[in-house]
Amino acid sequence: MPKRTDIKKILIIGSGPIVISQACEFDYSGTQACKALREEGYQVCLINSNPATIMTDPQIADATYIEPITPDVVEKIIKKEKPDALLPTLGGQTGLNTAMQLFEQGVLEKYKVKMIGADYDTIKKAENRDDFKKAMLKIGLDLPKSDLAHTIEEARQVLKTISLPVIIRPSFTLGGTGGGIATTQEEFEKIADLGLKNSMSSEILIEESIIGWKEYELEVMRDKKDNVVIVCSIENFDPMGVHTGDSITVAPAQTLTDYEYQKMRDASLAIIREIGVETGGSNIQFALNPKDGRMVVIEMNPRVSRSSALASKATGFPIAKFAAKLAVGLTLDEIQNDITKETPASFEPTIDYCVVKIPRFTFEKFPEAKDVLGISMKSVGETMAIGRTFKEALGKGLRGLEIGHSGLDNKLDYQDISDGKIRLRLQEPNASRIFYIKYAMLKGYASKDIVAMTGIDYWFIDNIKQIVELEQALLEKKELAKVSKELLKEAKQYGFGDQQLATIFNTSEIAVRSYRKELGVVATFKLVDTCAAEFEAHTPYYYSTYEDECEARVSDKKKIMILGGGPNRIGQGIEFDYCCCHASFALKELGYETIMVNSNPETVSTDYDTSDKLYFEPLTLEDVMNIIDKEKPQGVIVQFGGQTPLNLAKRLEEMGAPIIGTSVESIDRAEDRGEFSTLIKKLKINQPANGSANSIEEALGEAHNIGYPVLVRPSFVLGGRAMRIVYDDEALEEFMQEAKEVSQEHPVLIDQFLQDAVEVDVDAVSDGQLTVIGGIMEHVEEAGVHSGDSACVLPPHTLDDNIIDTIRKTAFALSKELKVKGLMNIQFAVKKDTVYVLEVNPRASRTIPFVSKTIGVPLAKIASKVMVGESLKALDFTEEKKINHVSVKESVLPFSRFSGVDIILSPEMKSTGEVMGIDTSFGRAFYKSQLAANQGLPRKGTVFISVKSGDKRNIVFIAKKLSDLGFDIVATKGTYKAFHSNNIPAQVVGKISEGDTKLLDMIRSGTIKLVINTPSGKKGQSDMKPIRSLATMQGIPCITTIQGAQAAVNGIESIIKEDFEVKPMQEYFTN
Amino acid sequence: MQDKIRAKLILEDGRVFNGFSFGAVGETSGEVVFNTSLTGYQEILTDPSYKGQIVTMTYPLIGNYGVNDEDVESSKPFVEGFIVKECSRVASNWRSKKHLDDYLKENNIIGIEGIDTRALTKHIRLGGAMKALISTEDLDDNSLSAKVKKVPALAGLDLVKEVTCSKPYFWSKEGRIKIIVLDCGVKYSILRNLAQSGCQVMVVPAQTSAEDILKENPDGVLLSNGPGDPAAVPYVVSQVKKLLGKVPLFGICFGQQMLGLALGGKTFKLKFGHHGGNHPVKDLKSGAISITSQNHGFCVDLDSLNKDNLEISHINLNDNTLEGLRHKNMPIFSVQFHPESAPGPHDANYLFGEFIELIRKHNGCKTTSK
Repeated sequence: MPKRTDIKKILIIGSGPIVISQACEFDYSGTQACKALREEGYQVCLINSNPATIMTDPQIADATYIEPITPDVVEKIIKKEKPDALLPTLGGQTGLNTAMQLFEQGVLEKYKVKMIGADYDTIKKAENRDDFKKAMLKIGLDLPKSDLAHTIEEARQVLKTISLPVIIRPSFTLGGTGGGIATTQEEFEKIADLGLKNSMSSEILIEESIIGWKEYELEVMRDKKDNVVIVCSIENFDPMGVHTGDSITVAPAQTLTDYEYQKMRDASLAIIREIGVETGGSNIQFALNPKDGRMVVIEMNPRVSRSSALASKATGFPIAKFAAKLAVGLTLDEIQNDITKETPASFEPTIDYCVVKIPRFTFEKFPEAKDVLGISMKSVGETMAIGRTFKEALGKGLRGLEIGHSGLDNKLDYQDISDGKIRLRLQEPNASRIFYIKYAMLKGYASKDIVAMTGIDYWFIDNIKQIVELEQALLEKKELAKVSKELLKEAKQYGFGDQQLATIFNTSEIAVRSYRKELGVVATFKLVDTCAAEFEAHTPYYYSTYEDECEARVSDKKKIMILGGGPNRIGQGIEFDYCCCHASFALKELGYETIMVNSNPETVSTDYDTSDKLYFEPLTLEDVMNIIDKEKPQGVIVQFGGQTPLNLAKRLEEMGAPIIGTSVESIDRAEDRGEFSTLIKKLKINQPANGSANSIEEALGEAHNIGYPVLVRPSFVLGGRAMRIVYDDEALEEFMQEAKEVSQEHPVLIDQFLQDAVEVDVDAVSDGQLTVIGGIMEHVEEAGVHSGDSACVLPPHTLDDNIIDTIRKTAFALSKELKVKGLMNIQFAVKKDTVYVLEVNPRASRTIPFVSKTIGVPLAKIASKVMVGESLKALDFTEEKKINHVSVKESVLPFSRFSGVDIILSPEMKSTGEVMGIDTSFGRAFYKSQLAANQGLPRKGTVFISVKSGDKRNIVFIAKKLSDLGFDIVATKGTYKAFHSNNIPAQVVGKISEGDTKLLDMIRSGTIKLVINTPSGKKGQSDMKPIRSLATMQGIPCITTIQGAQAAVNGIESIIKEDFEVKPMQEYFTN
Repeated sequence: MQDKIRAKLILEDGRVFNGFSFGAVGETSGEVVFNTSLTGYQEILTDPSYKGQIVTMTYPLIGNYGVNDEDVESSKPFVEGFIVKECSRVASNWRSKKHLDDYLKENNIIGIEGIDTRALTKHIRLGGAMKALISTEDLDDNSLSAKVKKVPALAGLDLVKEVTCSKPYFWSKEGRIKIIVLDCGVKYSILRNLAQSGCQVMVVPAQTSAEDILKENPDGVLLSNGPGDPAAVPYVVSQVKKLLGKVPLFGICFGQQMLGLALGGKTFKLKFGHHGGNHPVKDLKSGAISITSQNHGFCVDLDSLNKDNLEISHINLNDNTLEGLRHKNMPIFSVQFHPESAPGPHDANYLFGEFIELIRKHNGCKTTSK
């Protein structure tokens, strides 16, 4: 069927900031879609508020709007761009929900925009629980018993027909926010209430519990001619009851007979047809009773999803790309399979390996939250591993997760774990259950008992058992030298990492590696080819295994290897993947063969289209060296993938890997505290006073020397983990006590804390001769809030020229001293006209995409070219760009996912993603950034204000502004006093701790539109915690710093004066 | 794996793969082919079309769900040998009755595991399906090499006589439409599908004469799938010739080849055949694409057919080979793939309905002409 000619311009809505349950996968799908549609000759306009995406690169779409994703904003874009069609199925739940709202508000009809791929009725049928249930019953499929409720009363009625335990699922939410499993009446009331509030349509589904059943997913594609194919089947290792995003999952399904699989396939075909997804991909989830095979349908996502990204990477079948092509009328048989180049896309991929996806959690960042898993997603990232067996893929996946495990190893001594603990950790799904399964085996638990306690299929448990047995066989050898070639090869085939083997034999990873190579046990590389070798594959997409034959086609071209960032985590995410992709694009432009190494299936970097070669491998010394041994690249880039490759840099270099760019020695100099201090002194730069301590006494001594407040942290953790600001001896002693428990041998680092200082981030690029500033960003929040969590402004809006000049000069000096070749990020603090250097990172930073988009210069690309020897002069980037607009980066925090966690910002980074607001003034850019971060500022209504005493003077000005702008003000007693004496009209409310619930009621009822609360010390934090939590849960913007409040008022004021406009990125840089 | 029995696989071109024994021990030989299905090893093992062949599964993890009583395609496994990467030591499925290893032992089928099946598959793709030998007894490469050379080639081999039933029997006695299935190695799922469509199903040996078939007064005759070289069974082809035009005919796989030969065409051997469950086939009449189950090493040569009487009904989208024929004047059609699937997708099930439809139409004509 030929493609549609009645449409010319297509609008794509992206998924916005990275949040739990919506990550890089939608940049991957969106980027593919944009490319695919333009390849077919369509114009694409795009909206996404996330600057760290490849899809928002100006060359990916014809018109790129980095604007807040709300129906109002999209309407402005539609009005301006006049697209013929809207493709709603590629931007995750955000894209889908926004499209639905646009339809409901009549916007699409008004501007004659057609929905393609899936229309309103189809999406509604799939997403609305009641409609979906009716549709399933109509085609004779089984579902768990269930009913809908719209009020708590209705919910109680429903419960009478279905007995506890039940699952509560709110309609129209992200990743099951607000859902849960209720086993008691009390839990039921609580979860139902929360679910009703979280649902966009105040609707929850109460469902028969099928916890413990086997869970499966099928990725389905349909074209306009009703051809349907299944791209991939996925079996969840964790049974029903754990969100699929939090489950370890395996592709293809392992424990289904063909009869059962075909039944599921038939059901999937019937479902996609009945729901009416006209073209594109869908994800359908099933549960199977392991006792009798009863199969029930769980849900369907009528769009591409995290699972479809996984399925694409697991099979080599690019679902999003094809979904886009199908949406414009092409059929599956008209699209070529990129990998074989001779067969069409109208087939079902078959694979000859096993794929395991393991989620990465971040509970350590939220100590108040339990690491228990349920139906609301909590993981922040994932890693995928490919092996010839499940055992191999599991081992590779666990070491690729970078959580300190070298495989299915023994972090704890099983003898120290009580039976009670084992049982609890097996029965209650949690982030470390996989390891407890092993401990249970070591303790002698029978496989069938473990199956009974976990509900995990016997086949998986037995595979783990085989790993444990092989470990025993290895332990019996006692020495590495006694391990035969055959046994060693078997261990590698079972997924044992070199480091894991080193631990078993009490030797080094390098020793294992050399012994292994001596015996000839070396990694072989196999292709991911969609067809299990039935046809020749043209796309070099590899994974390692230990087999007879290696298929890697090594060329004699000049080549550069780029090390990616592995699984997303807080502090390391899409920004680094963006940089890695850019490195690949840039070096391809220079004629290099580019080799990407990464293990994160969500990303654009692991699209086989991005680089000349893709190695889908864990980022460990072993796995990276295996590829280097094979490919022998001329250069290896470690400075783009975040901390992951940087941590490998030194050891890679020691093993002879040609690291390019800034030298490993310089990286070390910047990271090592002692060396860095020497360097700072040498350059006569200011640094906050600092010291270290091994005992409480030493710590107190240092703190007194430096003077309170001080910033303290254990020396061995990175990314602000466990960092704290302490104001007195008592707090310091408390911290030291906790830190001591964590580690005996590492000292605690103590820094002077620069109170009320302005923090500044600088990104620069250097070719070794010339250093050019990319951007100077002023943080909105004061120093002490992790740079990843604070908002920042580019260009700076309050700093004096001479301060900025000092910052520039300091940056140049540091760059020169460290002989930076590539990117560099420096964090400064400015206090009373003094500029301090807090940190220097001679690598790509999180802000590179933000700066690049703001100044219209692809910094990562330039840096990559510099690393292979181009000069900045030759690249025509010799001076800092002057811009006539303002960009604000705002971070997005996951607090609503972790109930009980306070939302206070601290030196410990907690945000999962970021958005950008760009406009002509700071106020408007800030307003946009807040709107994009789901913290939309009100234009009228009531504001609640409660600040610590130190902020009273500043808040008066802010409150006056708000009052003048027509806002009503409610304040706590102390704050109210300050307002009263300054003649600002306000209402006073009592403390919750004193029994006054008026404030809570006002928040719950929606009267309060904005909360400004700056907490002081521990006490102030706990007093107002319920207010902040409630506001967050209710989606009311809650500002916790005075600087944030100032910026907010600035934003509100400018938007009241004149509403903001939308402008594509391409127009910002027309001259 | 230390206590496992070593085994070797040798190909006729001398390539040796080392592995470990599972299933029965001993020595076996045949033509080695690969199957790309992810599921359905039990159906594959019991498919009579695999007589004479050693099957390697491209999916590495086999045996996970064990073996049950229901998912069989004939009375016993027919493969000459079975090659996998890893045979599961446990069986996990509520219907499972035994481990794959035990099942193969009971049926005296030799298996070999620990093989780089992807390397083997690539080798077959490039070198074509070839003679192979598995041994758990003789691990000497020279001796194995001599033996594998003596293995008879599949081309020209009549394997139908090894798998056909010895005497006629009824699969189902109920049904308004009477179908006779000429058993060249029929899969039970073909019979199950016919019975489900409301047919009375009688299965007759491949050697049955056309006269004997017509004597039973069937409403339709189904020419079944089967193993080996279609050109090696002239006794079937000659009888099929006599059935042309007398009774509605539906050929499946080997059955299509029988029809092709009976209609004057030729067959040829494909390099490595089609064995799997993901082949896209286009119905040229409706344009619809079915994902089909396939298992054939031979194919009817498109150019050898008289196009005046025949039309191509189905085509393979991967390699454009012939997948289906329809006679323009007589009630005859056939497909090269397996509409009964098992294992594989059910997309092409509709063809059983088309057969019934064809019979109804033909019977309608018969009634009016009477």
